[in-house]
Parts: sequence; structure tokens; C-alpha cells
Amino acid sequence: MEIPHEAREAMIAHARFCFPEEACGLFAMDDADLVTMVYALTNTEHSPVAYTVDPTEHFRAMRHAERNGWRLGGVFHSHTHTAAYPSNTDVARALEPEWVYTLVSLQDPDRPEVRSYRITDGNISEIEMVVTESPH
Amino acid sequence: MPNVHVPTVLRPRVGGASTVEVPGASLREVFDAIEARHPGFGESIVEDGELRRFVNVFVDDEDVRYLDGLDTEVSAGTDVVILPAVAGGR
Repeated sequence: MEIPHEAREAMIAHARFCFPEEACGLFAMDDADLVTMVYALTNTEHSPVAYTVDPTEHFRAMRHAERNGWRLGGVFHSHTHTAAYPSNTDVARALEPEWVYTLVSLQDPDRPEVRSYRITDGNISEIEMVVTESPH
Repeated sequence: MPNVHVPTVLRPRVGGASTVEVPGASLREVFDAIEARHPGFGESIVEDGELRRFVNVFVDDEDVRYLDGLDTEVSAGTDVVILPAVAGGR
């Protein structure tokens, strides 16, 4: 996947904004697997250890992506005190084999870590994030 | 007939289809009609007569939890979108 620098920064900013709660959001991708939009959404759990994306915001983001010829390509969420690696719960609730699951770790607040994975049938495989210049 | 958009995770339960058209005047009737064609589908959506906690359903772009739930009326051409909750945690 490719992600513009600013889109990656937007995920980190949302993670910091929601701290100490876990932050979550979705992102759109185009046919070339370039991240085209980051949707910073509400964690309805308002919890430091769990997240659920607000369902209505999820639906609106999906429609927005569709209107622009994109697709929802994945979800990002923050880990406030652990590494940027999917937890057992993250894996158990990962229902979209074609989605990218992106983790933003604030374990070291000065050096946030962003990593991405596919989660298929309980198997985690990391995918490369190529950070690009903003297209605009 | 209402047009039901099935999420990836549930497609194996409807023979792999991404959309299913079935008759029904309410969401409950629509899901019952799918269950009749594809036994086992219903339990993934409904539990004890209510929508499962991690299942969200939108009828013509509105969350049915803010409409009439499973009693929400549908008609020919109604778009029904099933979205599994996106969730996780440590």
C-alpha cells in the first residue's frame, strides 16, 4: 500500500487527539492501493483498551468513498500503551480479509509507530507502507 | 423486491453473493426470506428476535436502530446494507 505522508500524519494526530482513549477511523484507497482519504471517526467505546467505529460514521465514510470511485480499504486504531501489532481481540474481530488493519502505537509518545497488516482467518501478515509525498 | 447488500464475511452463507433480492414488507420478513433460501443466515444477523450487537443494518441510508429495528418497513427497490461492526481492543 502507498500512503501520503499527510494521511499517515492524520492517523497519528487522531490517535493523539483521542488519547488516553483508543482512537479509530477508516481509510479509502484507490485501485492502485493508494490511500486517498483518512476518516477520523468516533470510538463509541470511549475506552483506553477497546474500540468500535461509530456505525453511522462507518456507513457515511463508505458512501463517501464510493461516490469518489474509491473503496474502504481498511481501518486504523491506536494502541496507547502497547506496540503497533494486532491484539488477540483485534484478530478475533477482524472480519474483512481484504482490508488493511493499521495500528498506531503511542507507546513512545515522541516516536509514534504506524504499521499495517492483513488479518485472514486469524493469521497476521505485515504489509509494507510506502510513504509518499502528498499528491496535492 | 428489497435489495440486500451482504458483507464479505457473510457471503459464504448466501452462496457467495454480494447482493440478494428477496420479497418482504419489513426487515424481519426480508431476513426470514433469506433464511428460507439459505438456512443458517438468520442466526448471523438476529439473536433472540433482535439484531445482534455487532451487526448494523441500514435501510435507505439510515441505521435501523434509529428507525423501527427489524420492524422497519421496506419495499421494492429499498436498499438494505448490512455492515458488521468494526471493532477491536487489547
